[in-house]
Amino acid sequence: MRRFLAVFTILAAFATSALVSGTPALAVEPDEMLDDPALEARARELSKVLRCVVCQNQSIDDSAADIARDMRLLVRERLVAGDTDSQTIDHMVARYGDYVLLRPPFQTNTLALWVGPPLMAVVVATLALLFFRVYQREQGARTGPEPLTPTDRAQLDAFVEKLAAEPGRPRRKNSLRAEINHPFGAQEGDGGESDNRTT
Amino acid sequence: MIAEIGQFALVLALIIAGVQVVVPMVGAARGDGTLMAFGSRMAVAQAVLLILAFAALTHGFVVSDFSLALVFQNSHSLKPMLYKVSGVWGNHEGSMLMWVLILAVYGAAVAVFGRNLPPTLKARVLSVQAMIGVAFLAFIVFTSNPFLRLNPAPPDGTGLNPLLQDPGLAFHPPLLYLGYVGFSMAFSFAVAALIEGRIDAAWGRWVRPWTLAAWVFLTGGIALGSWWAYYELGWGGWWFWDPVENASFMPWLFGTALLHSSIVVEKRDSLKSWTILLAILTFSMSLLGTFLVRSGVLTSVHTFASDPARGIFILMILLVTVGGALSLFAWRAPTIRGGGLFAPVSREGALVLNNMLLTLASATVLLGTLYPLILDAASSGASRVSVGPPYFNATFAPIMVPLVAAMAIGPLLAWKRGNLRAAARKLMLAAAAAIAAIAATFIAVPDGPALAPFAIGLAAWIATGTLVEWSARIKLFAAPAAESWRRLTGLPRAASGMTLAHLGLAIMIAGITGASAWRSELITTLAVGETAQVKNYALTLQAVENGRGPNYNFERGTFLLTDRNGATIVMYPERRFFPVAGQSTTEAAIKTTLMADLYAVLGTSRTTPEGTEQWTVRFFINPMVPWIWLGALVMVGGGLLSLSDRRHRVGAPRRKQQHAPGVSGAPAPAE
Repeated sequence: MRRFLAVFTILAAFATSALVSGTPALAVEPDEMLDDPALEARARELSKVLRCVVCQNQSIDDSAADIARDMRLLVRERLVAGDTDSQTIDHMVARYGDYVLLRPPFQTNTLALWVGPPLMAVVVATLALLFFRVYQREQGARTGPEPLTPTDRAQLDAFVEKLAAEPGRPRRKNSLRAEINHPFGAQEGDGGESDNRTT
Repeated sequence: MIAEIGQFALVLALIIAGVQVVVPMVGAARGDGTLMAFGSRMAVAQAVLLILAFAALTHGFVVSDFSLALVFQNSHSLKPMLYKVSGVWGNHEGSMLMWVLILAVYGAAVAVFGRNLPPTLKARVLSVQAMIGVAFLAFIVFTSNPFLRLNPAPPDGTGLNPLLQDPGLAFHPPLLYLGYVGFSMAFSFAVAALIEGRIDAAWGRWVRPWTLAAWVFLTGGIALGSWWAYYELGWGGWWFWDPVENASFMPWLFGTALLHSSIVVEKRDSLKSWTILLAILTFSMSLLGTFLVRSGVLTSVHTFASDPARGIFILMILLVTVGGALSLFAWRAPTIRGGGLFAPVSREGALVLNNMLLTLASATVLLGTLYPLILDAASSGASRVSVGPPYFNATFAPIMVPLVAAMAIGPLLAWKRGNLRAAARKLMLAAAAAIAAIAATFIAVPDGPALAPFAIGLAAWIATGTLVEWSARIKLFAAPAAESWRRLTGLPRAASGMTLAHLGLAIMIAGITGASAWRSELITTLAVGETAQVKNYALTLQAVENGRGPNYNFERGTFLLTDRNGATIVMYPERRFFPVAGQSTTEAAIKTTLMADLYAVLGTSRTTPEGTEQWTVRFFINPMVPWIWLGALVMVGGGLLSLSDRRHRVGAPRRKQQHAPGVSGAPAPAE
């Protein structure tokens, strides 16, 4: 516990310090910026999705490398020349390859990358469905209680009548019965009441 | 001499770990109590030896013993003491030594605190823990020895990088390692249980505190790293989806899933094989992270291939560990019988959904992280793509939204069979709060991204939903205050811990939204006396002065900020130049308020043709950014609160034995 407190104190101490040190990763310089604010805003947005090709996972908007500066100037050059955003991107790809795109394009060599997540979602959902439909029922059949005898059934029915008759319990007999017959709700909507009596 | 003692202790630890693999395992198989008890002693001995080795290396750094190659490369006599010490783990060899040290300390903790564990399970856990230890100790001894000497000893070291001298960077790795090496406990318990062939509710009870402790450390470590990046990089970014970050984020996602599924094992004796699998996968992600960060594969697949000794070694450890554990799982898992049944709409069902989505999220991050490496390697460099933040944002967010939306509902559902309609009724207040938050945000920031108000609404939804659940538990306002107080004091700390952790996430989501949606920035040049306008502030560069620090010269700007009401704030960003290292750094000035960070950076200066000196000035208003780390702190606090629950305390005497049949002293026969 004391160790946790120490860590906690350290974190808290950090959270309050105001002046802190850092690397000079200063990217966009004022002299690069375009006078037209709308064009400059577009340039900034484009810079955020283009990779600095010599950096480790940095966009040209974040990188202080010389080549990033050249690339930023190139983007602005294209925008000033009247290119649309996608034309500018195409120009950068033609020059530096797909590698320059931080959002990988949808094509043959990135098919798995884009199809992967939705496909995995389908697989996970199917597994969960199987878990509830097959596994749980199987387990229920294996470890579940013995089927009710006619005597048990009669007692239960009497109990349901009694509950339904209670004042302040506005529960209908049908819903009580359904709950007794399907205690885990797993068989909802697949054959009604009758199948459970026989299992 | 001291370094040689360290070297000796390291090799001895390897040998002892080797024995610790075999002896307790054989003991457990034969039912030999003496052999099993031997495992505990060796676990402690191994930890003591590694503490000794680590202390020896630390001594080398503290006294600046440059005859040690590692100290020569990574330290300098002029470094402040804190950074001499943090230099121990600020390099490959030292950080691996810290890795095994933490592994051994966790193992020793099981040996010491796990008195109520069944002896065979404990012996097997220690044996599995030692297997990981042997692999990594061999890795250190054979490929990454930290105790290599230089002869003759150089007069001074070369590691005086001022950029690395930062308290955030100093403490980030130990926390991170305590986190992801901590998941080795869950792994060892999982493998031991598979060997044992018995997994019951008690197993879940033993695994939970270890997983929770690791999770708390990892959460703190990731948050600290992110906060460091925020102030360190000088432009206010805090998360980059960088492979190194993902390497710690994947175990976090899996670990979070494990934390939740082990609750189901403990409370309901269900989801057992899945939890075992998750424990294996979580630690596999820790190993994968170690591989990615330590093998050099991230810098370039090709440099990795040209100097493969270390990388291949870790890759082999990764493959053998994961492959072995998964094979064991495939072999033994079919014998694990599920326990309690539950309906899809139930607390268990909600936790299954949590697990599905967290697993999916983690798998997506894994795909995005490894894809460029695999493509590059498979095409021998002919086909290269980048997978950056736009990909991760596009795939990760859609998985998180349903997870977070369901987070308010899950705790309101009963075990086994929940009532969705009743839960929905209880959440009317949360829905109202969410709608109010969306509307208020739209009105307050009409020009921001259209989705941002909905994200704020989502944060309000969980925050309110979580509080509704908590107040229902203590009958706040529904019962007399005294009754609520009695209920509050009787409430398990784990329950309040959950409330706090979920609230922390709500705070963090609000922070992330604010930081990414409504940032304002100004990048311009100013001469002394000039003023620029940013949002509600007038920013004046009042003065720039030069001065001298302990081992650097600095240029310090004085920025005067005046808001519309005339209130002023003064900020002092600096640029520092370190003559010995020949490097300069920028020191951003950050003013934190509850709703935003003001972030000022002084850049380089240049003289205009007219002869005035102008400075590049960067000024950012980062709305709600502090909430990101505040949220993380609250999450950590929730984890700690939960960990302090006596039910989670390993080795604490159990009060209600009759209520926990799985924990009873007599070993239950395998089903």
